[in-house]
Amino acid sequence: MTDISRSATLASGSRTVMNDTAERQIRRRYSAEKRFRIYGIAAIVLALAALLWLLVSIGATGYKAFVQTTIQVEVFFDPQMIDPEGTRKAETLARADYAALYKQAIRDRFPNETDRRARRDLGRLISSGADLTLRDIVLSDPSVIGSRQKLWLLADDEVDQFAKGAFDRKKPESERPFKDRDIAWFDALKAAGDLRTEFNWPFFTSGTSREPELAGIWGAIVGSFWTMLVTLLLSFPVGVAAAIYLEEFAPKNRWTDLIEVNINNLAAVPSIVFGLLGLAVFLNFFGLPRSAPLVGGMVLALMTLPTIIIATRAALRAVPPSIREAALGVGASRQQMVMHHVLPLALPGVLTGTIIGMARALGETAPLLMIGMVAFIVDVPHGPLSASTVLPVQIFLWSDLPERGFVEKTSAAILVLLAFLVFMNAVAVFLRKKFERRW
Amino acid sequence: MDQVLVERQADTAAPGGMAGDAGDPRENTKIAARGVDVFYGEKQALFGVNLDIGENQVTALIGPSGCGKSTFLRCLNRMNDVIDICRVGGKITIDGEDIYDPSLDVVQLRARVGMVFQKPNPFPKSIYDNIAYGPRIHGIVANKTELDEIVYTSLTKAGLLKEVEDRLDEPGTGLSGGQQQRLCIARAIAVSPEVILMDEPCSALDPIATARIEELIDELRERYTIVIVTHSMQQAARVSQRTAFFHLGNLVEVGDTEQMFTNPRDERTQGYITGRYG
Repeated sequence: MTDISRSATLASGSRTVMNDTAERQIRRRYSAEKRFRIYGIAAIVLALAALLWLLVSIGATGYKAFVQTTIQVEVFFDPQMIDPEGTRKAETLARADYAALYKQAIRDRFPNETDRRARRDLGRLISSGADLTLRDIVLSDPSVIGSRQKLWLLADDEVDQFAKGAFDRKKPESERPFKDRDIAWFDALKAAGDLRTEFNWPFFTSGTSREPELAGIWGAIVGSFWTMLVTLLLSFPVGVAAAIYLEEFAPKNRWTDLIEVNINNLAAVPSIVFGLLGLAVFLNFFGLPRSAPLVGGMVLALMTLPTIIIATRAALRAVPPSIREAALGVGASRQQMVMHHVLPLALPGVLTGTIIGMARALGETAPLLMIGMVAFIVDVPHGPLSASTVLPVQIFLWSDLPERGFVEKTSAAILVLLAFLVFMNAVAVFLRKKFERRW
Repeated sequence: MDQVLVERQADTAAPGGMAGDAGDPRENTKIAARGVDVFYGEKQALFGVNLDIGENQVTALIGPSGCGKSTFLRCLNRMNDVIDICRVGGKITIDGEDIYDPSLDVVQLRARVGMVFQKPNPFPKSIYDNIAYGPRIHGIVANKTELDEIVYTSLTKAGLLKEVEDRLDEPGTGLSGGQQQRLCIARAIAVSPEVILMDEPCSALDPIATARIEELIDELRERYTIVIVTHSMQQAARVSQRTAFFHLGNLVEVGDTEQMFTNPRDERTQGYITGRYG
């Protein structure tokens, strides 16, 4: 009896011990899971915060570049200065000294300033690019000669910077480039309503310039366009064809293994190495033009190829074998199987991979520096052979310039580049959703 | 490895002690397999299989998992060619023609020997295109009218027409499992094959859909030679006229289905059909 009860107690005792350990284990498992989830959330929060910080800091500087200060002056298109002989020849009109016109106009605005230095500084309130604006007006309509026109002309970048609050007017005069006298003129113009900020269209329509207020990104965008076009035309067909061959047709042997390993390694090669290759092969050996989007595109195509091949192979591999068997089973040849069934099903993956590869190429700077796309090029390129630069290189170039105006231009150009990248990725997502087929 | 194959072929060319001795060659033999060896890399999956398959009959291949019955089936339309490491030795003839002859076009062979797979695998295209695909790539049809006719007759033969007549342009993947499998059968029929291979065609289907497929197989027998791999002995008993039992890569026994299930000669067959293993 006692034996039985004792053994019963023992049994129940051991059961409670078991329960305790089990419970402890469960509690430990729960807390481990919770901890793990917290790590995950913390990682995401950290990443998001970093991203947000980046975007905010770029956006906060960059948004200012999208507006620009202009000054209204009454310009007298003096026939004596433009066309003293009255021939109205386009040649003469094009060569006239228009800078003198706008300088005179702003000086006339402040007739009390007679001091030589003051008169010179007045002329500097307006951007030195204004002479081209005036010339264009005259060339497009010579009848303005002799008339007086109220015109909004681009302000100099220092005026622009002051308008955007870059200089503190309370600071001692010696510590700011915008002097007290400049501020007085600025205030006078503003009070008279002859100074305003407007949307900076020239930023999106002109090439770069030494003058911050004149510098635009259109040249870089067009250069990027030509470069990307060349990259796409080269890397997409070659990459997809290589991937299809390797995945669907090539025998599996030591050679194809070697090729596969090398392709995977190429994807990890630093991009500047491709630039050196381009310099050595395309420029020095084949003698292709320097700074041309054609060569840039070829270099970036080399860089993008592994990405496209790897993505395409993964997409092909993801097509279920049952579809291949079905096609072969009704007597499709291997090529028909690939072209009619496997490739269409893999297309969303192929396109996504390609666009992501292209997006990476669009943001690439280093290899292009090697082949001379880093040159200062004011003209908007008109083809894949004309000298040009690309967006990221333009950003790199501007970030190096000392003028305050270029700081915001740099950020603005980064914003534009980011917008393009987001757009391309959105297209990738869209294509994937559109062509995705379920079975 | 080639050497091994040659030796084996030599072995089997001599009259061997194989059970069933090429499965009682008959007058209406459609497919004849002699000494078929299959290797996956170093591993041998089939050992000298000799089997005759009669015309307009249903031949069932049964046996436990991994016994090589599917492997043998896939040799008959050279689907094993797709697998890189797979090597096939021996001789398989259809109507006396060696299908492993290097001069023979695999694509033509697969048009003559259609296949239906374990899992219904319609193309992610419309029902119409699923069936029209084969005739199109083989250039069987000259115009749309002929193609329409093939699609309709194939669907009729597969007993699917009534169910899908009004939605031929809907995706084939939207059908139920049983309908998908009948669609796959219709697709196989559309290229007018002589032989239809079925690799466990009902294993992914419910009993009702299975019954429909079995009925269909019975009807198709009149026009086609059918070889079916099945896990279900009841199914083999229901649909087939002849049954071949595979075990560990060997063809153990082959004979009339009735005889196989009532009076098997080999004790391994008996063990399997009475459910002792497999």
